[in-house]
Amino acid sequence: MIGTLFVDPSRCIGCTACVEACSECPGHGGESMIHLDWLERASSVQTAPTVCMHCTEPACAAVCPADAIKIDPEGIVLSALAERCIGCGNCALACPFGVPIIHEAQALMRKCDLCYDRTSVGRKPMCATVCPSGALFYGTQEEVADLRRSRPQSHFVFGGETVHTRNHLMVPLSVGTVTLEPDATVSRSTAEQQLEEALC
Amino acid sequence: MACVPADEASLIAAFGPHLAWEPPGGFAARGTPDRAVKTHCCFCGQQCGVQLLVKDERVVGVEPWEEFPFNQGKLCPKGIKRYLQNNHPDRLLQPLVRTGNGFAPIPWDEALDQVVERVRRIQAHHGPDAVAVLSGASLTNEKAYLMGKFARLAVGTRHIDYNGRLCMVAAGAANLKAFGIDRAANPWADIAATDLILVLGANVSECSPITTDYIWRARDRGARLVVVDPRLTPIARTADLYLPIRPGRDVALLNAILHEVIRLGGVDHAFVEAHTSGFSEVMEAVRDYAPEAVEREVGIPAHRIREAAVLWTQAPRTMLLHSRGIEHHTKGVENVLSCINLVLATGKIGRAGCGYATITGQGNGQGAREQGQRCNQLPGARDVENPEHRAAVAAAWGVPESAIPRKGATAPEILEMIHRGEIRGLISLCFNPLVSLPDATFTREALERLDFYVTIDFFLSETARHADLVLPGSLQEEDEGTVTSVEGRVLHIREAVPPPAEARRDWEIIRDLAHRFGAAELFDFHSSRAIFEELRRVSRGSVADYSGITWEKIDEKMGVFWPCPDEAHPGTPRLFEGGRFYHADGRARFHAVAYRPPAEEVDDAYPIILTTGRVVSQFLTGTQTRRIGPLVDLYPAPRVEMHPRLAAELDVTDGDPVRVASRRGSVDLLAHVVATIRPDTVFIPYHWPGRRSANRLTVRAYDPLSGIPEFKVAAVRIERLPAVERV
Ligand code: SF4
Repeated sequence: MIGTLFVDPSRCIGCTACVEACSECPGHGGESMIHLDWLERASSVQTAPTVCMHCTEPACAAVCPADAIKIDPEGIVLSALAERCIGCGNCALACPFGVPIIHEAQALMRKCDLCYDRTSVGRKPMCATVCPSGALFYGTQEEVADLRRSRPQSHFVFGGETVHTRNHLMVPLSVGTVTLEPDATVSRSTAEQQLEEALC
Repeated sequence: MACVPADEASLIAAFGPHLAWEPPGGFAARGTPDRAVKTHCCFCGQQCGVQLLVKDERVVGVEPWEEFPFNQGKLCPKGIKRYLQNNHPDRLLQPLVRTGNGFAPIPWDEALDQVVERVRRIQAHHGPDAVAVLSGASLTNEKAYLMGKFARLAVGTRHIDYNGRLCMVAAGAANLKAFGIDRAANPWADIAATDLILVLGANVSECSPITTDYIWRARDRGARLVVVDPRLTPIARTADLYLPIRPGRDVALLNAILHEVIRLGGVDHAFVEAHTSGFSEVMEAVRDYAPEAVEREVGIPAHRIREAAVLWTQAPRTMLLHSRGIEHHTKGVENVLSCINLVLATGKIGRAGCGYATITGQGNGQGAREQGQRCNQLPGARDVENPEHRAAVAAAWGVPESAIPRKGATAPEILEMIHRGEIRGLISLCFNPLVSLPDATFTREALERLDFYVTIDFFLSETARHADLVLPGSLQEEDEGTVTSVEGRVLHIREAVPPPAEARRDWEIIRDLAHRFGAAELFDFHSSRAIFEELRRVSRGSVADYSGITWEKIDEKMGVFWPCPDEAHPGTPRLFEGGRFYHADGRARFHAVAYRPPAEEVDDAYPIILTTGRVVSQFLTGTQTRRIGPLVDLYPAPRVEMHPRLAAELDVTDGDPVRVASRRGSVDLLAHVVATIRPDTVFIPYHWPGRRSANRLTVRAYDPLSGIPEFKVAAVRIERLPAVERV
């Protein structure tokens, strides 16, 4: 059985080990299928990794005119089938998380498939294997409940629509629904406030 | 003599740094590897377990090694991309001799003969100590051991020191004074099991990334995190309490915390009485350090200092961790001692989940300081001036005690002596002082004054460009041996592939030189294993006792913690259990320390504090990591980090070119305007040479007790450059 990836950006230290490790996966040819963002570097060192969340009703697959994006019985949204994909980019536009990568020259989309070659044989995905902070954790709901003080969340409100995902985002216990807004400001951490205070 | 033999552009064209992006033949050609070699990362002191993938006798990739207990597969980007240093186009493949316009190949025999001839000629004219040996802490224990013995018994000089002088010596000297032993007091598992973690001057998430996981595991159980740092680093961002200290004020802060702890009744009197000495002097010394008395100087509000003291006092178990941020100072040893005073006064050491550690920086930062390549130490971390220690080593080596030279100069002093003409010949391995030492302009002048310089290296580093002879040595994955990690755990480095072309293993080169220097019987080594066997034997009875460690035992137990005095001994993961310390009387020592200012304070001419450090994608002087394309991409060039308030005063916006000048020199860099640093301080990472070198600005001021340079405080001024001078 393929496990679940739990993403906790609050732990992320911006080291990019996940991105670099992804690029080393066999078949990726040095290219990473995931990315890491600095949310607002001018004011914070907060970073966040973006992996495919494997939506239960994936927008990418729904909008694909070539029916190139297949979903495995365990709910893994696979990378586009090279022989079908026409590289139109609809999937990239539809994805609420910005995951699919379009190679215009090869007319091909590639995306994170939760390291299908590893996870389908009982191993962890590369990114969660190397992540030094636990911002990317691969396991079961029970394990994460046991280990963490935050709570896994798997539905997100995005432009009025609710998206359900196979992978989870770890959120503080106080947080209910997660709304994805492109221009959301990053809330300031205790330490960031303490720095401001010391400078007064 | 030793000016660089050609212009920079042609040296770079011939020797790099060039960037490697792909395994040999490209990713498409990688195919299925022939084998995966379980070994460790070549970079930092975490010494993560990792598997190198080998295809057709070439290193082509990397795979996490999840069974290795310390990192369980976790890696930072350096460990993932390090394999690209193998098969690198810049790799030195044959011995080189300097010519009128560059370097030319020379046969091995001729090169080795020349080394001996030139060294002996200098020594005949100027005395045995006119030649120095510089070594490094990325070397295995075997090579570190060999370098000390080589310098003292084959070259016959007292001047042998290593680049750990820029790294571990302040913590080492303080640990030795306080505890009688110089090693992390606890295994890293104790971090995950603690209730409060106090991190001082340690950019954990960039410089010891795997430690992040241990800290979070503790926090998942409810532990609190307090971070002291002038920069709001990624690990500081989530801290429960963040103390943004002014660089160089650590003793004032630590004394104030201890002052408060005493006031709160947090002293463990039973522990202090039973297991320590010197506490009353420390009580007296911290009396005047009320938080209000120091808040202006340290730049932290008094109530936050009190909060730290309360958290420390209330936590049943604590782990205090520090690294170069408090150690790279002219009072580095005193800073560390003030931390140890806090730990000892509250009896918070020697228990499960409770203790203290300095986080070693270099790959073998721990082991390379024990095997006798320091100017003041013999193998087994013995004191080169202690008659009993000298006698023990002389007996183990089978030489008269008088054959072992006395204490030599530290690495920075060696460069000063070269500059003064007192040292005229230099042999170096694994050291790039032109990038790593303070005041790079001075270092370059010194190198240019050498009569003879031979270096062993795998790439032509900036320092190696000054050499008369360059001997191609081995990368970490091209030799076998042991290293001792941040935890004091001795690990096995396995050879993945042999050195390419005419390159040779470092120990083979040193051994052959020793034979030519006339010391064949003392260097009768046919494998690195044989060197380890001798190291074990020589260390027997010392504090750093490796005599019970075998390579088989390391493999079986995934590492063995020293001290390990006999083969039946399981090793010692945690020191000081039951309050037993390593001084003769079994007691730990307090040391009363008073705050004193940094060597160079800011003034009207140079009003801004410069502090230097590292980024996660580069390692030390970048000899390896500046050659790895994906790592260079992550942070291609140094920028000067400054707070928006300072930027506004300077009329600088993010991305503007600025000139940063100190009394030593200046560099032109782009401004990085971020609110995650104190406004009175700017930060520049030090991994780059030449016109981008932070060490053009730093000051040649050293800690009198350990010799560590003050990399963390210098006075600078900054001006915006006109756009036409854009860098
Ligand atoms: S550089 Fe350090 S943290 Fe990074 S992989 Fe290597 S040993 Fe681990």
